[in-house]
Amino acid sequence: MSFELILFYTASAAALFATVMTITRLNAAHALLYLIASLLAVAVLFYLMGAPFAAGLEVIIYAGAIMVLFVFVIMMLNMGQQTVEQERQWLSLGIWIGPSIICLILLAEVVTLLVNDERIAGARIVSPKMVGALLYGPYLLAVELASMLLLAGLVGAYHLARPLNESHLHENDEKADEE
Amino acid sequence: MISIPVEHGLLLATILFCLGLLGVLVRRNIIFVLMSMEIMFNAVGLAFISGGSRWHQADGQIMFMLVLTLAAAEVAVGLALVLQLYKRFKTVDIDIVSEMKG
Repeated sequence: MSFELILFYTASAAALFATVMTITRLNAAHALLYLIASLLAVAVLFYLMGAPFAAGLEVIIYAGAIMVLFVFVIMMLNMGQQTVEQERQWLSLGIWIGPSIICLILLAEVVTLLVNDERIAGARIVSPKMVGALLYGPYLLAVELASMLLLAGLVGAYHLARPLNESHLHENDEKADEE
Repeated sequence: MISIPVEHGLLLATILFCLGLLGVLVRRNIIFVLMSMEIMFNAVGLAFISGGSRWHQADGQIMFMLVLTLAAAEVAVGLALVLQLYKRFKTVDIDIVSEMKG
């Protein structure tokens, strides 16, 4: 079995294990740690498949930005007095071990890849340059539509997450009563 | 130089997608449902990258970026809905909200 196939199957196993652990955890914070490990494993897979740009985006946007949103919401949902105790319990030492091992395996893979850079075929890599040329050429309309979608998401999230206005609620109730 | 077989990439994407689908169907905590949807989006992205790698075209990565945009917009709106749900019902159990039907 060739060198990069071994890396591929190791990263695949890490992704599958982390995903199974994600959907079977009872605590959302624990599941989130495994989900981040799973996303990092998929990022390594992207790199192995010759898509370094997508791998970078996966780490920055998925494991970085989107997961931070989840962390924010999980923390916001627990605004009780026992929050401090709960967080200490969430982030106890044993919890870190599983995701840390997965991340260490992935780190070892990345280091191996970087050391043996010349063995990863340069011809197979789809460079960011190709992606950019295509993105702002034939796919320009799709980029515009994606920006519209993000704007709609922004407005929708702002509208939904605004503080509840009690008087406004009562107005609605009165209107409903009148009707 | 043996490249990674595309079948294995697609198989992995399928398994990940099914795991995400299982999570959506089984879990009743809405945060877990949203996480499982992220897993499904991610699996779809993996399938696109796998195909793009097979044909050595950049289209796969562009589709992945569009999926990423969709996931970002979805998670923003979804988590805002979670906050509203928690404010109104003091729970994150989606079965409680089934009274919205009809």
